Amino acid sequence: MINLETPKKFKPLVGQANQVANEVFRPISRKYDLAEHTYPKELDMLASLIDGMNEGSDSGAGAAGVRRTSSANDEGGNRNGSNLSTVLSIIELCWGDVGLLLSMPRQGLGNSAIASVATEEQLEHYGGKWAAMAITEPEAGSDSAAIRATAELDGDEYVLNGEKIFVTSGDRADLIVVWASLDRSKGRAAIKSFIVERDNPGLKLDRLEHKLGIRASDTANFTLQDCRVPKDALLGSAEIDTKQGFGGAMQTFDNTRPLVAAMAVGVARASLEETREHLLEAGVEIDYAAPALSQPAAVARFLELEAEYEAARLQTLQAAWMADNGKPNSLQASMAKAKAGRTCVDVALGCIELCGSVGYAENGLLEKWARDAKILDIFEGTQQIQLLIVARQLLGKSSSELR
Amino acid sequence: MNGTDKGMAERSMGFGLRALNRLAGSDLLDRIRIRKQVERALFRTTKNGFRSATAAGRTFKAAQNLAKPARQATGKPRGLFDITPDDEQEMFQEAVRDFAEQKVRPAAKEADAGCVTPDELLAQVNELGINMLGVPEELGGVVHEQAAVTSVLIGEALAHGDMGIAYAALAPGAVATAIAHWGSADQEATYLPSFAGQDIPAAALAILEPRPLFDPLKLETRARRDGADWVIDGVKSLVARAADCEIFILAADVDGEGPALFVAESGTSGLSVEPEPAMGLRPAATGRLVMEGVRLPAGALLGEGERETYLECIQRSRIAWSALAAGTAQAVLDYVIPYVNERTAFGEPISNRQAVAFAVSDIAIESDGMRLATYRAASRADQGKDFAREAALARRLCAAKAMQIGSEGVQLLGGHGYVKEHPVERWYRDLRAAGVMEGALLV
Repeated sequence: MINLETPKKFKPLVGQANQVANEVFRPISRKYDLAEHTYPKELDMLASLIDGMNEGSDSGAGAAGVRRTSSANDEGGNRNGSNLSTVLSIIELCWGDVGLLLSMPRQGLGNSAIASVATEEQLEHYGGKWAAMAITEPEAGSDSAAIRATAELDGDEYVLNGEKIFVTSGDRADLIVVWASLDRSKGRAAIKSFIVERDNPGLKLDRLEHKLGIRASDTANFTLQDCRVPKDALLGSAEIDTKQGFGGAMQTFDNTRPLVAAMAVGVARASLEETREHLLEAGVEIDYAAPALSQPAAVARFLELEAEYEAARLQTLQAAWMADNGKPNSLQASMAKAKAGRTCVDVALGCIELCGSVGYAENGLLEKWARDAKILDIFEGTQQIQLLIVARQLLGKSSSELR
Repeated sequence: MNGTDKGMAERSMGFGLRALNRLAGSDLLDRIRIRKQVERALFRTTKNGFRSATAAGRTFKAAQNLAKPARQATGKPRGLFDITPDDEQEMFQEAVRDFAEQKVRPAAKEADAGCVTPDELLAQVNELGINMLGVPEELGGVVHEQAAVTSVLIGEALAHGDMGIAYAALAPGAVATAIAHWGSADQEATYLPSFAGQDIPAAALAILEPRPLFDPLKLETRARRDGADWVIDGVKSLVARAADCEIFILAADVDGEGPALFVAESGTSGLSVEPEPAMGLRPAATGRLVMEGVRLPAGALLGEGERETYLECIQRSRIAWSALAAGTAQAVLDYVIPYVNERTAFGEPISNRQAVAFAVSDIAIESDGMRLATYRAASRADQGKDFAREAALARRLCAAKAMQIGSEGVQLLGGHGYVKEHPVERWYRDLRAAGVMEGALLV
């Protein structure tokens, strides 16, 4: 039965997340935007609180909420589970501050990766820890099949070598999920992910980046030099299955792309709400009954942006809902990521234009949100990568046909 | 199938046995060979139980016996997020999809060229029971709850066949829905039974006026009181099958106090129509409706002329047009995919190029958003929630994206898209309507 409202059972969770965003994130938003590389210590207490929110019900509030339980569709009927609740709470938290959300202990994309593909034993071993994600290399960004980092089996250990950049919270996390190739001659299929403890002596921090936005979140570059990890630090299957190809490693993305889309939806909503207030102060009210084009240009523009936001939000919820119901959502996850990523940039930048210097100056947060927004159309697969994935699926093309 | 089983009634979306009988008992299913699919859907439906009509036979009463207006109930607020149609909706959706593919699409080119939808096709749409969705059970209707989502699914499916034919076919249903939602007991008893019968009248909900920056809240059509009567002057634009209509619902500004709706029968003196063929929607044989000193009795005012009623009407019509736009946008996507895969240039399929492939991705992404925004607005309407914002956003989104998709559809076929050998040029013309139309259709 078609209903696209926030499910009633998640309303308390959404309310809690909104409170956190409003009372914890917003007041320190500017502080950590200015003090890049300073750890937001306020988050420690909050992280425990989020852990608490995750306990108790299936309504996960954080990055680990993307695990697909095999019982997902046992009831046969419609299910609203942790993918949807996670997306909903991320929207709220990123309405507060996306940089701070990315800095939340134990809420890294590495945690999502572990939750997505880890065995029960691995979950037990690595559960409760903060995990960052290390995929990108200087010569391999979107083209993750070109990864040069290697993993070589030596007795009971893998030996990792290579260079990793753009590792979100890499310095602060307890664990880093590193993508490396078991055999570079075998292409994508040989790329596996490995859990590396942050204090592993073979893992050397090179530097922390200075960025356009999400400055509360640290971005680390590492060198892996004869970095030895136990054999069971490999996530998923160790087999190089050229038929399955990249599928194993990419599986995580179907679960995490809706999360990044949710971040974008949260930032877009923050910008729209703030702008609506400013327009109201300026005597311009949004009228939903009158046609957009018979209202002031500012209203028409606002409605255009809000309509894009509405679509992005619903597409994001759709992708998460499909995951909850065990439906293959690779297409919808990429569509949501593409739509939400570009929408949040358009919305945040459009809102500054509508608000003029009030939006552009650092007195308010609109300019910050517009800087934060841009990364959301880049990481976890750029706009162009999402369009490629969508097109390949729709047109039935392989990656060698449509490059 | 116990009619007094309240639990079962509540679980159901509100289709009575009569809706299923009407659909499944129709010869149409055999004629267009879709009985198998519909029966499969019917099997699922009966397996899960559905609400049966409590009264034996029709509860239709004569005009003087209807003490108060019969209204379809709004549904209960739903707890869970869900994008799956229920069994009954799916049954309608499948039937209309098949009908659109087998009957509507093949007829579209000629209907566009001739500016007319064949009567046979319109009769078949009526036979499917689509135009009586808004009619309450008491007046011979088949649905006891408001069915905006169902209307959206049907509009979308029909417009996948052809948007102009969908407009022609669904226009009478808008009049039935308007009278059923907002009409007085007398208006209901007078007009609704004809929409539940075999011979559904051509009818139109005429709101749009021919002028730039048209705003349905600021009408130039005037209604002034003259004794107990109303006298109406003005012009309405792009009215579907204007020349054939037997019943009009007109929007007019009442003595400068704001807009309201009036019911008028086609024989009324002072009413005239003139052809107004347009860029698209040509199968709907659009025309202008001219009102010169049209005198209507006091009882012609729809309901009590409340502003809220009128606003809701505008919002419901925007959802309906969004549904049509979403359906036609999907048609563009479904058409260009095989085309760009088969068309070769420079020694390989043009879909091997990112510029082409990304355009296809964008069509898919935006049409998906259009659909979801429209579903959300409709589902809020069915649940009795405020839907002004959602209807406006669906409208804004669909107006912009529909045209972008219409244009991209032609572009992807290049010169071949510009000629009438392919339907994309027609969709280009039709999809412009998504940002222009007001009124005319309702969910």
